[in-house]
Amino acid sequence: MSKTSRTSITMPTQAKKGSIIEIRAIAQHDMETGFRYTEGGKPIPRDIIRFFICQYNGVEVFKAELFPGTGANPMIIFSTIAAESGILQFEWQGDNGYEAVNQSQITVT
Amino acid sequence: MRMNKQLHQRRSILSTLSLMAIGVWLRPILAFAKKPEAMEAIANIVGSNTPKDGRVKLVIPPLVENGNLVVLKVSVDSPMTADDYVKTIYVIAEGNPLPNIFTAYLTPRSGVANITTRVRLAETQRVWAIAQMSDGSYWRGYADTLVTLSACTEAI
Repeated sequence: MSKTSRTSITMPTQAKKGSIIEIRAIAQHDMETGFRYTEGGKPIPRDIIRFFICQYNGVEVFKAELFPGTGANPMIIFSTIAAESGILQFEWQGDNGYEAVNQSQITVT
Repeated sequence: MRMNKQLHQRRSILSTLSLMAIGVWLRPILAFAKKPEAMEAIANIVGSNTPKDGRVKLVIPPLVENGNLVVLKVSVDSPMTADDYVKTIYVIAEGNPLPNIFTAYLTPRSGVANITTRVRLAETQRVWAIAQMSDGSYWRGYADTLVTLSACTEAI
């Protein structure tokens, strides 16, 4: 049982070599905390994204661990050095087999 | 004589009122006091080390209307070179049912140690950011916030 959702990446497509680029990554997800109850008093089971990983041409440059305390539709803004042209791959992993992958291309001059 | 008594009464009412006002002021400070779980979470992170104050800047709005989505910015003062960089940034909320709310793992290729994310805050509280440097030292910073509408209270 695997599921996925919409994700969005905002980052420059071109950058000068050695410059710092800012990346904004958002995944659509309820991030159900596990602390809430239905009207009938039943607890709603936890269902969150656990990890976010960013790979730059196959090398891991950033990772984040998410918790129930992270807001719904988790947004992460981080940075990396534009080292070379290539592909940045973003991956989200979560409960109940949740998985989402997004890629973005960058040209470094 | 009667006049005097009235005056005295008025004074006692006034002093009661001022005491109440002080009580209202004290309450948020007392609210910050319950934090054993958060301190335990921090102890789990740093182990036998002692986190030093400074280098870590945590920015959250001082007044939050809705605790469900609070923009949180952490920046750590570091050159971010191959031998001196920020390894990990932990965000700990004292008043949340689970103190750990966000953890970021950085590399020298991050360039700068600036992270922005959105978190949930259950109540008026202090939020800590602990940074682990590549040399093994720990630094910390905090921010206080007032939350008017709590996260994790509403039912479906």
